[in-house]
Amino acid sequence: MTEQLHEVGLTVNGAAYQAEVPARRLLSDFLRHDLRLTGTHVGCEHGVCGACTVLVDGVPMRSCLLLAVSVQGQHVTTVEGLAAPDGTLSAVQRAFQECHGLQCGFCTAGFLTTITAGLRQNPEPTIEQAREMIGGNLCRCTGYQNIVAAVLRAAEIGGGDAGGE
Amino acid sequence: MQVGSSYLGEPIARVEDPRLLTGGGRYLDDLGQDAVELAVLRSPHAHARILDIDVSGAIDVPGLLAIYTYDDLSGPLAEPLPLLIPHPSISAGRTQYVLAKDEVNYVGEAIAVVVAENRYLAEDAAERIEVSYELLPPVVGLVAAREAQQLVHRDVEGNVAAHFVQQVGDAAAAIAAAPHRLSLELSVERSASTPLEGRGVLARWDTDSQRLRVWTSTQTATGVRAAIAARLGLDLGSVEVITPDVGGGFGVKIVHPWPEEVLVPMAARALGRAVKFTEDRREHFISSAHERAQLHEVEVGFDDEGHLLGLSVRFWHDNGAYLPYGLIVPIITSTQLLGPYKPAAYRVEFESLYTNTVIVTPYRGAGRPQGVFAMERTMDAIAAELGIDRAEVRARNFIQPEEMPYDHGLIFQDGRPLVYDSGDFPATLDKLKALVGWDEWPAYQAQARASGRKVGLGLACYVEGTGVGPYEGGHVQIETTGKVKVSTGLTSQGQGHQTAFAQIVADELGVAISDIEVVTGDTRRFPYAVGTFASRAAVMSGSAIALAARAARAKILRVAADALEAAAEDLEIVDGMVRVKGAPGNEIALGTVAVLSNPLRYAFDEASKAATQFAVGDPDLPPVAEDDEPGLEGKDYYSPLRSTFANGMHAVIVETDPDTAEVAILRYCVVHDCGTLINPRIVEGQIHGGVAQGVAGALYERMAYDESGQLQNASFMDFLMPYVSEVPERIEIDHLETRSPLNPLGIKGAGEAGVIPGAAVFASAISDAEGFQITAMPISPSELFELRRQHAANAAQKGTQP
Repeated sequence: MTEQLHEVGLTVNGAAYQAEVPARRLLSDFLRHDLRLTGTHVGCEHGVCGACTVLVDGVPMRSCLLLAVSVQGQHVTTVEGLAAPDGTLSAVQRAFQECHGLQCGFCTAGFLTTITAGLRQNPEPTIEQAREMIGGNLCRCTGYQNIVAAVLRAAEIGGGDAGGE
Repeated sequence: MQVGSSYLGEPIARVEDPRLLTGGGRYLDDLGQDAVELAVLRSPHAHARILDIDVSGAIDVPGLLAIYTYDDLSGPLAEPLPLLIPHPSISAGRTQYVLAKDEVNYVGEAIAVVVAENRYLAEDAAERIEVSYELLPPVVGLVAAREAQQLVHRDVEGNVAAHFVQQVGDAAAAIAAAPHRLSLELSVERSASTPLEGRGVLARWDTDSQRLRVWTSTQTATGVRAAIAARLGLDLGSVEVITPDVGGGFGVKIVHPWPEEVLVPMAARALGRAVKFTEDRREHFISSAHERAQLHEVEVGFDDEGHLLGLSVRFWHDNGAYLPYGLIVPIITSTQLLGPYKPAAYRVEFESLYTNTVIVTPYRGAGRPQGVFAMERTMDAIAAELGIDRAEVRARNFIQPEEMPYDHGLIFQDGRPLVYDSGDFPATLDKLKALVGWDEWPAYQAQARASGRKVGLGLACYVEGTGVGPYEGGHVQIETTGKVKVSTGLTSQGQGHQTAFAQIVADELGVAISDIEVVTGDTRRFPYAVGTFASRAAVMSGSAIALAARAARAKILRVAADALEAAAEDLEIVDGMVRVKGAPGNEIALGTVAVLSNPLRYAFDEASKAATQFAVGDPDLPPVAEDDEPGLEGKDYYSPLRSTFANGMHAVIVETDPDTAEVAILRYCVVHDCGTLINPRIVEGQIHGGVAQGVAGALYERMAYDESGQLQNASFMDFLMPYVSEVPERIEIDHLETRSPLNPLGIKGAGEAGVIPGAAVFASAISDAEGFQITAMPISPSELFELRRQHAANAAQKGTQP
């Protein structure tokens, strides 16, 4: 028996998509394998590591815990949508490079989306608030000190504009 | 080095980052979007005989392409996987089959694989395969393995894979004759590398050319290539292995070939389709590799000043169900345990034991964290016994700088003498004491205690053999555009090799970093290599690339000297231009030198006209001299006599909660000597990440197997990998740069350093805070709470005795 397909329409990084997917298709798999936006990574598939975090209507969500059909009509921002259309890196992206906030880069997209949303809510975080902001994302390479520094640096150079949609 | 160009030692931003920050990384599962996918049916039992495998229920699943079990394998595919490092001490080396044959020996062992149009469908089919088992009693944990009432492998008596002894001097006699003696029992539990990206492999079989191309998330592309060729019966030249971006390794990805690294290419060839396997998180916990579990018994004899007169260590190493990586981890423990010290006599003996659990192979630190834990706990015990300052006892036993190179009289993990090449341990300790405020500590602690706080200061020292052989190579090519293409065979997993190696080449050649491209781990670009492990990439490939760049430079100067009608020694290369020193304007671009280096018959553009037969060359000589070759390239290899030895010392200040026994980190200080720093920013990043794993191994991470061999915490929900809330807010770092005399740049390697003293330094600090010795790591708040109760009860009992 072949799987029943369902229509889903959503906006990803400003572009509208219509697709037919099985009900069980995860949003992470839909983004990565159907839309081929492979910048979003999957680290645990149980919502703990945060690597797959995307913004859904501006709110950070774990795309491995969402079904693609459930984001009908919503706006999704992935790491591919964080830089300006001309390719200029966002403040958060620049801060990550300046502060050496990434090593292997696998968890990075989830941090970037999380921090982008976090700085919109709180453009001038203290170090405690910066630590809190990234408190739900796992990184195995950096030990986090430079990621916290990147949050603070992004706040400094972004002037309240965290980038993204 | 060129005047005005000095990238070496500069904390420049990484060239990898813009790509990785914009979603442009290409990790394994980002590739092969057209590939069909493989899922693995794994054993749910730790120890069982397979009676029957019934695949009939899976046949009707839509999108199913193939199911393979052991019975479908033949030839080398049906043989056990290789024992990669066959040490003579191994008496019973057992490795697994790519798919279980008759018996399974750990939860997670591969039994069957399914290939289907996508992973969802492949899993649908896999779960419809019925396997009947006869359960066998599992052996879980070192105590059960040592008791050997049950056996993992029927024909391996006592569960003993290997028995190893090494000694220098007569330790037993020295201990017996010593004025003071102590015995300690020390244990460390299992943890694991746990990169954020698991394993993964993609293969394409080209039916037209009968060639195989494989991408795999590995730490050794050349190792995987050779293994696949051997298993599939292909010529090495018919197999290409490419390492894409790798989402962390930390040791686990040096193991090869994983069953899936053989099965995916096998299926790709059989089906004529691109086939991909992407490991999920649970699979990574139960079917990749773990490390660390060891029990140690230390006996030490020392004099009134604390000098080590005799040291004897026995330990038991849990190698899991199979032994694919040999004895590297326990051999490293047995040798690196000595750290910066020189006991007058030393004996070490270990047994490597089978258990019905996941295999054990190196995880960052690779046996060193356990060895350092054993040695440093011993040092603290000696200090406590004699009432001498802990740092002072260590200093009295240090190998002195003037004793370098220091020969321990032992054989190291690479089969070569354990000879330290360099290091200044007294200077390192002085730096650490100054950094942490060692001499002010007693006053601080007394003050804290007076106000009801429990604070402790820990200290741990280590020496790390880095840059083991046998070799690595480097290739540097200057293209006619003036761009420089660099390749080396070992792989990258986030260490910033593209940046660090470009820094080396930029200095050697006098070109801008932006003109250099570095490729690692692609057997098409560099087919001779070993791999990335043992903190060896900077030492080995960094050195090889430096030598290759020097060879290229010599040729650049030779060709340019002809063109500029000057002597090679009068030339310099600055910003990509070769010029005559002190003669402004008399210069030639590197790209033009590249054109001239390759005599042409056919001009393909304006620039290449300059290299055609009517434009260049002496008509009385061959266009390419007999001892020369066309092109502007340099290739060289670095193969050291033996390992380099980095070292470092860590101090941590902790506060333990008087009620809950939670451990808070107040300060974490590192002094580190990895020789020449290529890029201090990258080195510090490595230390940060290593320290986080050290904290994890000391306070949080363990593999919670139950008595039936089920891993109870095989998810990120239950395995306590640190978030930011668990790591120190700041790590205070100071460097010492004693150059290694063994390689051209004086590099010693930095990848593993941060994690090595983790368990030791926290045990030291918690002991200092609590007033009793911690002997087992990791330690949870509930375990510390229980220890407090036991010690309080013991003290009360002593108090009531007459």
